[in-house]
Amino acid sequence: MINEIVEIVLNFILIVGAACSLIGCIGLIRFPDVYNRIHAQTVAIIGGCVLSLLGLCLYTGLSVYTLKALTIAAFLFLTNPISSHAIARAAHKSGVKLWAKSVTDKLEEEGR
Amino acid sequence: MIFADLLPWILGVLGVASILCVIRAVLGPTAPDRMVAIDTLTVIVVLILTLLGVYYRASIYLDIALIYAFLNFLGTVALAKYLEGRGLET
Repeated sequence: MINEIVEIVLNFILIVGAACSLIGCIGLIRFPDVYNRIHAQTVAIIGGCVLSLLGLCLYTGLSVYTLKALTIAAFLFLTNPISSHAIARAAHKSGVKLWAKSVTDKLEEEGR
Repeated sequence: MIFADLLPWILGVLGVASILCVIRAVLGPTAPDRMVAIDTLTVIVVLILTLLGVYYRASIYLDIALIYAFLNFLGTVALAKYLEGRGLET
């Protein structure tokens, strides 16, 4: 009984994770400029990879796989905002233009 | 093995996603586009490695995935600093 419930939940989590990865990568193709693509990348990483890793932790129980998968999930969850911020700031500093229909640019207005 | 039936489909979807990332990395008009695409590709490869490691009961796959994610983070931050045109000390 409990094995069937774990199986159903794990399959659901893996399907949702793969779908989130695919949606994020389609967004990576479809979105118009760098800043929007960073937004799509976050969907692929948090919704796809971290969720699937937590689902695998549910599957493997308490073992060495669980510890390593939890370490990878925590590492990705902590470092993805840092690297996204670094890429966005570097793109803005190196003069990549925003999309033509963008509404506002606070970093440009503040002049830093 | 619980997800043995599901694993080929998951790997197929992830393969399509990584092909889309490669397309963006080749097409990308600016350097940050390519950096974002390679970053996403790395995370998808980390997920594939973890799935295979749990499926084959080989824990070295998870070690490789952890080191790969760590090196990807370091490389992304270093390239961002380089694009920004500053040194590493500020």
